[in-house]
Amino acid sequence: MSKISRRQLIRTGFAAAVGVSGLGVAAKLAARFGLVPPDAGALYGAGETLTYAAQRVLTRHSLAREFDRSQISKDPFANPVDPLGEEFHRLQEGGFADWRLAVDGLVSRPGSFSLAQLKSFPIRSQTTLIACEEGWSYIAKWSGVPLSHILDLAGTLPQARYVVYRSFQADWWDSIDMADAMHPQTLLTMGMNGSELPVAFGGPLRMRVPRQLGYKSVKYITRLTLTDSLKRFGKGLGSAAPEGGYAWYAGI
Amino acid sequence: MNSISQMTETLSPRHPAFVRVTHWLTTLSFLALLITGVEILISHPRFYLGETGNVNTRPLFTLPIPSSRPAVPTGYGYVLPDQNGWSRYLHFEAAWVSVLTGLLYMAFGFFKGHFRRNLLPAPSDRSPKGLALAIARHLRFRRPSEEEAWSYNVVQRFTYLLVIFVLFPMIIWTGLAMSPAIESVFPTAVIVLGGRQSARTMHFFLSIFLVLFLLVHVLMVFLAGFRRRVGAMITGRLAKTTEGA
Repeated sequence: MSKISRRQLIRTGFAAAVGVSGLGVAAKLAARFGLVPPDAGALYGAGETLTYAAQRVLTRHSLAREFDRSQISKDPFANPVDPLGEEFHRLQEGGFADWRLAVDGLVSRPGSFSLAQLKSFPIRSQTTLIACEEGWSYIAKWSGVPLSHILDLAGTLPQARYVVYRSFQADWWDSIDMADAMHPQTLLTMGMNGSELPVAFGGPLRMRVPRQLGYKSVKYITRLTLTDSLKRFGKGLGSAAPEGGYAWYAGI
Repeated sequence: MNSISQMTETLSPRHPAFVRVTHWLTTLSFLALLITGVEILISHPRFYLGETGNVNTRPLFTLPIPSSRPAVPTGYGYVLPDQNGWSRYLHFEAAWVSVLTGLLYMAFGFFKGHFRRNLLPAPSDRSPKGLALAIARHLRFRRPSEEEAWSYNVVQRFTYLLVIFVLFPMIIWTGLAMSPAIESVFPTAVIVLGGRQSARTMHFFLSIFLVLFLLVHVLMVFLAGFRRRVGAMITGRLAKTTEGA
C-alpha cells in the first residue's frame, strides 16, 4: 500500500516537474516568436497568451469572410461617440480638406498624407461583418487604402513590430502587430456602401481590422506610429482598451 | 456484502483520479463561464438569427432584463454597470481551462475504456422499456441501492453522454463561431450554423441546457446523499451507507 502511494507520489511529482518546465519552455518560445500580447500580465495573462498565440499561428494569412452585395445590412448601427469638438467641426465644414494622416516612428520616410492623396492611391473594397464585443453586428462594404500600401510608401524599417494608431478623440488609440498591419484586408477606410464614410461610422478615416472585433476598428485616424515595443505608449499595455479593462487582442 | 464493497473500494475507487480532477476543473471553469457569460449577455440582451443583428434590427426575442449599455432599449429607466472587460478576459481564460480539461478527459476516457465501460448503457438497458423503467424509478426519487451506488444507471448514462458528447462540443463550437479570427480560417463552421448571430443564440440556449443539467445533477446528488456522493467525487472512496447523510 505505502509502496504504491510512494510510486504514485514520484510519478505525480515527475509529471508536475515536466509540466512546469514545459510551461516555462512554452512561455520562452512564445515570447521569442512574438506570440505574447502586450497585456499578458497578471490574472488573465495565460488565457490571453493562449488565444493570441493560437490564433496568430492559425490565422497569419487567413482572409476575413466576404459577403455578397445582397447581404449588406440595411440598418447598420453606429455606437454613439462623445462630442468631437470645435476643431473637428471646422475640419468637417471644410470637407476634411485639411485632415492629415501623419506617419512616424520606425519608418525611413516619415511624413503625412491628405485625404486627397490617400484617395489617389489604389482603393480596395471589402464587404465584411463588423461585430461589437457586446454581441451586435452588421455587414457593410468598406473602401479605402490598404494600410500595407501606406507602410510601404513610408518605408517601414525591418525592426518594426507594431503599428500604433491614434484617433482624433484623444482617449482613443490602439495598435496591431505586423501580421494584421500588412494583412490585405486591413484598410484605412474612407468609404462605406459606395458613399463617403459617414462621421457617425468613423469618417473621414477609420481603421478597419476585419479579423478582430469592432473596437479595434478605431474611428477618426490621425496618426500612425511604427514601433518595436509598446512599452512606451500609455501604460504599456498596447492600447487604450486594456487601460479600460478590455483585451488588446480582439480576434477572440 | 459490506466486506465485498470494502474490497472493491481498495481495489478500484468509485471514481478514478482523472474523472475526479477533470470533474472539479470543469465545475470551476463552468461557474466562471456562467457568471461572466451573464455579465457579457446583459450588455446586449437581444437575440437574432442569421449573420447580423443590432438595435436597429427586429430581434428574434429580447430578455426582459435591464442592460449595461444605454444604447439598448430595454424599457428600464436605468443602466447596469458595465462589467464586460474583466468578464471577457475571464470568460476566455475559463474557456481554455474547460477545453483543455475536456481534451484531457476525452483522451483518458477513450484510453481507459471509461466511456465504453461506465457510460455506454448496457444493450439490455438501451431498449425503450428499460429506459422507461429507469426514468420511473428516477421520478420516484428513490435513493439508489448499494449496488447502484457503484455505477451509473441508464438515465445517468444517457444524460452524461449527451452533456459530454453533444452539449459541451456544441457550446465550444458556437462560441468559436463568434470569433472573427477563427471564422477567417474556418468560415464553414459559421455558415453551417446559419451565421454569427444564430451561433450566438444557440450558444445562449446551450448554456441554458447546461444550467438545467447542473441544477438537476446537484438535486440528484442531494437525493442520493450529498456528503457521501461529493466525498466520493473528491477522495474517490464511497463511504459506508451508515455514515451517509
